[in-house]
Amino acid sequence: MITLNINGRPEQVDLPSDTPLLWTLRDQLGLTGTKFGCGMSLCGACTVHLDGEPIRSCMTPISAAENKKIVTIEAIGTDPVGKKIQDAWLDLRVPQCGYCQSGQIMSATALLKRKPDPTDADIDQAMSGNICRCGTYPRIRAAIKQASSIKESKA
Amino acid sequence: MIHVSETLFAEKDNLTNAEDSFQIANISRRQFLKDAALTGLVLAAGFPAAVLADETATAKTNQYGADSMPHGWVDDPLVFVAIAEDGTVTVICHRSEMGQGVRTSLPMVVADELEADWTRVVVAQAPGDEVRYGSQDTDGSRSMRHFFMPMRRVGAAARQMLEEAAAKTWKVPVSEVRAELHQVVHAASGRKLDYGKLAKAAAKLPVPLRDHLRLKNSTEFRYIGKGKLGVYDGIDIVNGHGQYGIDTRLKNMLYAVVARPPAFGDTVASYDATETLKVHGVVRVVELKSSPPPANFNPLGGIAVIASNTWAAIAGRKALKIKWQKGPHAGYESIAYRAELENASRKPGTVVRNVGNVDATLKSAANHITAEYYIPHLAQAPMEPPAATARIVNGECEVWACTQAPQASRELVAKWLKLPEHKVTVHVTLLGGGFGRKSMPDYVIEAALLSKAMNGKPVKVTWTREDDLHHSFFHTVSFEHLEAGLDAQGKTVAWLHRTVAPSIASTFGPDNKHQMPMEISMGVFNMPYVIPNLRIENPEAVAHTRIGWFRSVSNIPHAFAIQSFVAELAATAGKDHMNFLLDLIGPARKIDPRTLSDNWNHSESPVIYPIDSGRLRRVIETATQQADWGRTLPKGQGLGLAAHYSFLTYIAVVVEVMIDKEGKLSIPRVDLAVDCGPQVNPERIRSQIEGACIMGISLAMSGEISFKDGAVMQDNFHAYPVTRMDEAPREIRVHLLPADSFDSPLGGIGEPAVPPIAPALCNAIFAATGKRIRSLPIRDQLLTN
Repeated sequence: MITLNINGRPEQVDLPSDTPLLWTLRDQLGLTGTKFGCGMSLCGACTVHLDGEPIRSCMTPISAAENKKIVTIEAIGTDPVGKKIQDAWLDLRVPQCGYCQSGQIMSATALLKRKPDPTDADIDQAMSGNICRCGTYPRIRAAIKQASSIKESKA
Repeated sequence: MIHVSETLFAEKDNLTNAEDSFQIANISRRQFLKDAALTGLVLAAGFPAAVLADETATAKTNQYGADSMPHGWVDDPLVFVAIAEDGTVTVICHRSEMGQGVRTSLPMVVADELEADWTRVVVAQAPGDEVRYGSQDTDGSRSMRHFFMPMRRVGAAARQMLEEAAAKTWKVPVSEVRAELHQVVHAASGRKLDYGKLAKAAAKLPVPLRDHLRLKNSTEFRYIGKGKLGVYDGIDIVNGHGQYGIDTRLKNMLYAVVARPPAFGDTVASYDATETLKVHGVVRVVELKSSPPPANFNPLGGIAVIASNTWAAIAGRKALKIKWQKGPHAGYESIAYRAELENASRKPGTVVRNVGNVDATLKSAANHITAEYYIPHLAQAPMEPPAATARIVNGECEVWACTQAPQASRELVAKWLKLPEHKVTVHVTLLGGGFGRKSMPDYVIEAALLSKAMNGKPVKVTWTREDDLHHSFFHTVSFEHLEAGLDAQGKTVAWLHRTVAPSIASTFGPDNKHQMPMEISMGVFNMPYVIPNLRIENPEAVAHTRIGWFRSVSNIPHAFAIQSFVAELAATAGKDHMNFLLDLIGPARKIDPRTLSDNWNHSESPVIYPIDSGRLRRVIETATQQADWGRTLPKGQGLGLAAHYSFLTYIAVVVEVMIDKEGKLSIPRVDLAVDCGPQVNPERIRSQIEGACIMGISLAMSGEISFKDGAVMQDNFHAYPVTRMDEAPREIRVHLLPADSFDSPLGGIGEPAVPPIAPALCNAIFAATGKRIRSLPIRDQLLTN
């Protein structure tokens, strides 16, 4: 039995310790907002925050997530920076099919938390691990810039 | 913003999703009516579908547009609209949402004619049932083209019923009342009634006849043409609550993955599951039989591992020991196949169009230019791989699937389970991308077969990325051989095009070795160029894998070859590419596509949809003007142009590239001019064009599926790279050309921006470096060391 701290709540899971966090979230705990895209940390669809860092849950075994704070897309809106990102995403109508956007939002939120005013190069670096097959990249870039221009007090 | 009535969701109790918010209305018709009664959705409740006096108008005598589709169209408001006593308007969306915005745009059309307040509109997704809803095949860039008018009529009919009900309530002539933003108003007395208060009475009235409908004047549109609405599912998406096919969760559900034959046509010789069954969580191993050719949409067969979670199923599959019996395509090898296509393209093939005397003119021309172009197989690679869930209870099968083909899924599940069609319900989830892959429901059948194998227990089958890349229905592989003669003035006097590619028809009959007229009509027949001597040939090509639809289909190789070749001719003639292209197109005129041998015309009427060279000219002029065509750029930078007409839409593109000393390419800007006729939701049109542009760049830069020993060599995104943020154009500017009016015919939008991107990009590379790319993908062809 492994105890995971997910979105502020302890969750007991009875799975082999090498089970990836992704499938634990999706199949065991029903948090299906975190998506499967490749299983090899190549596409970023499965991005969650582990102690505030964006990680690929498809290759993170639950043993490595024990005693750490896990935040998923379902709770990112309770974070002021996450909320700003979500609002910008809606305002600029970023999503097309929307499937990759959970991961995009998790990566973008982590970027803004680290760098409140990212440059284009910062955005490229932080976001190029997240594939969007619909091609929403120009709007993702614009949405990150829009969110970064809104200061914390307003968020 | 939009709250969905909880009781609408029949499946709610069965879901174990922690979020407990199955917010897509995956409701069956039966369940919908039952719940409608509960929630007071009175406009739809308890009434038979309207019998419209002019129903015969839908008779199968029509061969064009939505009439030419199986089950055509339906415009019955009782099928598509329900109004609750609290005024909530539920609009059914019967087409699949895969990012094109159809769950926003089609209900928006209904809401506009209905004079509904969009904030009080709920969208419910129709299950697969074309008899009830009309064609649901979400492909061919035609949802809006085929359903703009039916959905307008749905909204207008419902509005008139509400007006009629109000007039009756107030005992005033209906001419004195008017629907206005969710109320009916009697101006003379100042009385107003909310739609919710009128719904019950309205439901008792007959549906107005089609010729009694009063459609809005376009100046009265509230939403249509404005592009002001948010994406309907946007809030769910940014909170992770969107329900895709892969997200389905049912009580006691099992999870499956399948080990499929490595080469198309291989079968299971024997297998040993001993180690698999030792894997924690594995429940059972089931063999799925392979089917003899043709491929159709049949599952490929193989060994399924069924487990208590997806990871256990994947781990169990790794432990399988399978011996495969090699089939007829086990020798498929892409390098050798390319040589075969190349050889075929250099010999005469079946002549499919012939004007004048090409051979003699080529011989006597001042300049005889030959060029050959190659595009490999491509995989659609939607970010959500194929996935479907099925369960069978009391002889009835329910399926949840991300499918572009709900009706075909239903029919095929019924066939494979030997159930009557009415015992099968296909709930359509959101699609995490489709791009054609999800038009082919082999994975839906797999889910049904696996549920059957588990005595009807719910089983979800998930394709991993490896499965998706190995076992898709691939975009064809093609070789295009072009020759042209230029006279002394640099004018094109002869044109020979041999197009060779295995056809989608081979998927349904392996003896089909020629491209279908539909495929050749995608850009080869219907180029409106003024060339006196012209011949098109289609040599044979035998398919060795399943060929299927990929966003914009055969337009991709055809536009790549033709638009690259035109640039090559311009360069040979020493002329500006834009001027050369405009000269080739000639004056503005409307051309009957049949005169170009195009008898397909995207299934639309050649009279309503002629090929309009004036519109093609106009997009070229707009794109070049916006891109400041002709400006001087430093060494290593260049502009490239291409224009292509497909899906009844005219698009021209100018790509700007920068190539550094090492040969690394970047794209500062792309300008696209688009004439798609009336723009119903310009905002989603822009997003589709932006996305198609990036998909076009992706396939040009790195798209390649190749085979060795019959099997696909690319496993995942490291080997099948798709464009990422840092490689995407920094700026994509979409210039939408206005239509004369909303009465003009609509063009398609989902696909037509893909084909001109690759040639525009390669033309830009030529402008920047002098290097001509004729074989895709570009990959490392520009690298200097």
